[in-house]
Amino acid sequence: MNKLSLFGLLRLVISRDLMLAMRRRADVLTTLIFFVMVVSLFPLGVGPELGMLRKMAPGVVWVAALLASMLSLGRMFSADYLDGTLEQMLLAPQSLSVLVLGKILAHWMLSGLPLVLMAPVLGLQFDMSVQSLWVLIASLLLGTPVLSMIGAVGAALTLGLRGGGVLVSLLVLPLCIPVLIFGTGAVEAAASGMSVASHLSLLGALLVLALVFTPWVTAQALRISME
Amino acid sequence: MAINWFKYSAPSTFYGLAGKLVPWFAWPSAILFVIGLYIGFFVAPTDAVQGEAYRIIFIHVPASIMSMFLYLIMAAYAALGLIFNTRLSSMMASALAPTGALFAFISLWTGALWGKPMWGAWWVWDARLTSELILLFLYFGFIALHASIDDPRRADRASALLAILGSVNVPIIYFSVKWWNTLHQGSTVKFTGTSMHVAMQQAMFITLVACWMYAIAMTLARVRSIILERERNTQWVAELPEVRS
Repeated sequence: MNKLSLFGLLRLVISRDLMLAMRRRADVLTTLIFFVMVVSLFPLGVGPELGMLRKMAPGVVWVAALLASMLSLGRMFSADYLDGTLEQMLLAPQSLSVLVLGKILAHWMLSGLPLVLMAPVLGLQFDMSVQSLWVLIASLLLGTPVLSMIGAVGAALTLGLRGGGVLVSLLVLPLCIPVLIFGTGAVEAAASGMSVASHLSLLGALLVLALVFTPWVTAQALRISME
Repeated sequence: MAINWFKYSAPSTFYGLAGKLVPWFAWPSAILFVIGLYIGFFVAPTDAVQGEAYRIIFIHVPASIMSMFLYLIMAAYAALGLIFNTRLSSMMASALAPTGALFAFISLWTGALWGKPMWGAWWVWDARLTSELILLFLYFGFIALHASIDDPRRADRASALLAILGSVNVPIIYFSVKWWNTLHQGSTVKFTGTSMHVAMQQAMFITLVACWMYAIAMTLARVRSIILERERNTQWVAELPEVRS
């Protein structure tokens, strides 16, 4: 048996998860449709006045992205848990943290990246300026991976529990608040003509911090849940 | 003579010790509350700016301090339980959570009552209020996760991990919310040169100690129930006089 390199392993896990998701495309689409629907409901709720909508847009898009990413968290480990794949992953000689990182990245490509690509279209619904739209994309690109990473810990902790879906939101949402604040802060700063560098830097710092710690914490959580 | 440091880390021995300690914390707590509130309401002078309404700080400030400290203590116990696999530490962590959540709730409630006359609103989206609210959510998350796992060992370890993650996140949340918006008045209690009247300071200190005592008494009483519940199938519980009768 040839030995897998770290990146080889990462690529293997990601491509496997992506392939599995491509065979059940409806799951990925549901999250995206949920995101679009939630954002589109807001103007119906608060009225079509463009000035107010423009002001609300970053918050609405970000909160909807946060909720949409919660929806898909339950799927991150549950299928592998039910068919026993997860147990094999825990027994594998390769680092569990790297395996988990692969699964997180795959989850982000399936649930975070579509949201990032969809966000500009929704921003246009809210009459956002082109410059704000670019900042929105940048902040979502930096922020949604963090949501997937923090969410992974919650998903691992609630693995196989009854009512896991609601519980995971209860655990993860408070921890995601800094991402929400800096994400919307960046877009608001751009809209009012201030520098967005500080917000984006802080988001980047959160991303690096999460990238270093959460795969390991998730691996520990999986071990606790699987023993 | 060698001292057995770990004697009271066994639930069976700690159960008795906790039972003996509870009244030693409960009574001083009650007495100090009475003294502290008396000084606060009748001795301390009326505030020049805030009038009589400021007197709520004698509940509000100790409750806020306790809610934050208890989260850290809870996370520390949870970490101990996770690292050294000591059952009692995890039981202490789950015994602390409801008291901490209660203090966080009291802090928010009294803060709202204070905010109405001072700021003219029950709730403002200010940094400290918001982070206190998030702290309450973190307590709820801990309690909910613990309650939804049937196996107590797994529940202990999973919620311990959550508590540690939460305590790492608390400063990040605090600063993010702080930069987001700040309206709350600055800190008045400083170690040197405080701007408060002596009687106010004394009353607050006394109620703070009373809150500490209350938290300890409640936690010990609650940990006794948790011990009984978890160890209900053991010999020593069956032999307890209160169980036999």
